Amino acid sequence: MLRLVPRTPPSRALTLAAPLIALALTVVLGAILFRILGQPPGRALALFFLEPLRGADAWSELAVKATPLALVALGLCVCFRANVWNIGAEGQYIVGALGATWVAMRATDTTSTFAILPAIAIVGALAGAAWAAIVAFLRDRWNANEILVSLMLVYVAEMLLGYLTYGPWKDPDGYNFPQTIQFLPVTQVPLLAEGHRAHVGLFVAIAAAVIAWLFLFRTYGGFQLAVGGQAPRAARYAGFSARRSLWTALLTSGALSGLAGAIEVTGPLGQLTPHLPVGYGFTGIIVAFVGRLHPIGVLLSSILMSMLYIGGELAQSRLGLPQALSGVFQGLLLFTLLACDALANYKILSVAPKRIERAVA
Amino acid sequence: MGGLALMIAASVNAGTVLALAGLGLLVNERAGVLNLGAEGMMLMGALAGYATALSIHAPGVGMLAGYLAGAAAGAAMAALFGWLAIGIGTNQYATGLALSLFGVGFSAFAGAGLVDKQLPERARDGIPMLRDLPVVGPALFGYHPLVYGAVLLAAGLAWFFFRSRSGLLLRAVGESPESAHALGHRVRLIRLGAVVFGGAMCGLAGAYVSLAYTHLWVENLIAGRGWIALALTTFATWRPARVLLGAYLFGGLTMLQFHLQERGVQIESHLLGMIPYAATVVVLVLISRRAAWIRHNMPASLGRIFRPGT
Repeated sequence: MLRLVPRTPPSRALTLAAPLIALALTVVLGAILFRILGQPPGRALALFFLEPLRGADAWSELAVKATPLALVALGLCVCFRANVWNIGAEGQYIVGALGATWVAMRATDTTSTFAILPAIAIVGALAGAAWAAIVAFLRDRWNANEILVSLMLVYVAEMLLGYLTYGPWKDPDGYNFPQTIQFLPVTQVPLLAEGHRAHVGLFVAIAAAVIAWLFLFRTYGGFQLAVGGQAPRAARYAGFSARRSLWTALLTSGALSGLAGAIEVTGPLGQLTPHLPVGYGFTGIIVAFVGRLHPIGVLLSSILMSMLYIGGELAQSRLGLPQALSGVFQGLLLFTLLACDALANYKILSVAPKRIERAVA
Repeated sequence: MGGLALMIAASVNAGTVLALAGLGLLVNERAGVLNLGAEGMMLMGALAGYATALSIHAPGVGMLAGYLAGAAAGAAMAALFGWLAIGIGTNQYATGLALSLFGVGFSAFAGAGLVDKQLPERARDGIPMLRDLPVVGPALFGYHPLVYGAVLLAAGLAWFFFRSRSGLLLRAVGESPESAHALGHRVRLIRLGAVVFGGAMCGLAGAYVSLAYTHLWVENLIAGRGWIALALTTFATWRPARVLLGAYLFGGLTMLQFHLQERGVQIESHLLGMIPYAATVVVLVLISRRAAWIRHNMPASLGRIFRPGT
């Protein structure tokens, strides 16, 4: 008979190694999946784990996708550490992009880049935070479950995006395509190097990670938040405000997701279309967990998840497989990670059934 | 009158999706397990059902096999969840979320080749003769068998929960797993059974969507219905009859947008599309306002990990 016995404290080595073990398991499961699909596993796996690292162009693409993922996941770290289950980052991302678009469409030829870029970032972050504030308000005021509310608001945000791009914001000279005007060059997020798509958003993400680290591990507010998440009773006894943690977590997360949306729409996209959401808000959840809810871990895991996204695109263009394959890998990774995590917290012991138990049975 | 009957029929058809999934989820929540993977299980059920029905060419048998395959796919997903969340004690929220994310990705991937494949024409639903009666015909007798199945399921569950000994045990496991364990009951096995049942119902609901309701397969076919079904169990304060009623009300809300459009109401379709999701939020707020009432009705151990001997 096998039995799970808690390790006290949880094995630190295993906690840190879990993402790597999970990744290895995912690769093995992926190889089996490709085998079943009749694709040579080695070649297919190379698309996911080697091709995205080959050459300057590949690194640039890696950064383009890792940037929004990292921003979203950093916010979710704060949320999940506070035990606030915001799973509507996708909606906050969309609404952030809507706010940024509203500013970007107002630019003229005489607008200064130095004025409009901060305005885009700030309005995007505020819009995302406002969307998350609905969740916080309903939870705080009327105790409405944040999982369901934040998720429902994703669908509402998608509809809003559809409404605006098919309706009031549609480019009058766009041959009736559901898209806004091409934003003027002044609103373009500066590129890191000419000819590559990677942009300064990367530095924004890194800066956000440093700030998140300082907040979570070096401030009293971050400490209160973590205590409230792990031991609500202890937090209450200490007089820490659960309401303040809730609002802090959701507003931070909403603002970072909104910022990610703002950077995406004025950076790589350059105009708003209904194809803006590609699941960064949901993938961000996996990024946060794989990154151990730690800002530095999140930066690393966002690169990994960006590889999976690019691998999915490559699998589509080179092997004719559906792009949704990246979603399969992401889901598998989260599953294996959770299983590995459980084993970092518990050890499996083989216990012989005791006589007394046999007597009862 | 005829218009009203058709409107009721449309609401009931749409509501049955939510009812089947919601009633299934009700069972595992009553046992104390919250499975956020409903959306993923429904998508996998919808896909498995569709693929099976396409591959079997005898029409009646194909459909039946499709529904069974859908339920089996949902049950398999739920078993995976149960193994992780109940067996080795992973966080129920995170594991359910993983199940949904995986289901969304996997169904889109595996179903990519089925998007333009069509099922054979479906025979007309309902009870012959009776369904042709004016007004009551379409409102009562013109439905797909699973519509009646959902009603029977709600009645059966009400009896099971509140009138049967095993139902009492299931509820005990959800209220106080420690006591049930102390009395010698196998808490985790009962929970696993409840979770697998919930998954099978979600899978069946998914298959109902692809095989009967929309009669086609597209990526992300379920479009949030799994999450609405999860919300429904809370709205219904974990009571079967209220789940059924709530499902029909929500079915009516989803239909509202089409009725408004038919009547020529000038509202942009995207704004109308927000109705079911916004309504879910509004109802959730209205219900949750009475925190004490929710707490009183909610299975006390919902979402908590139980490990015997700790």
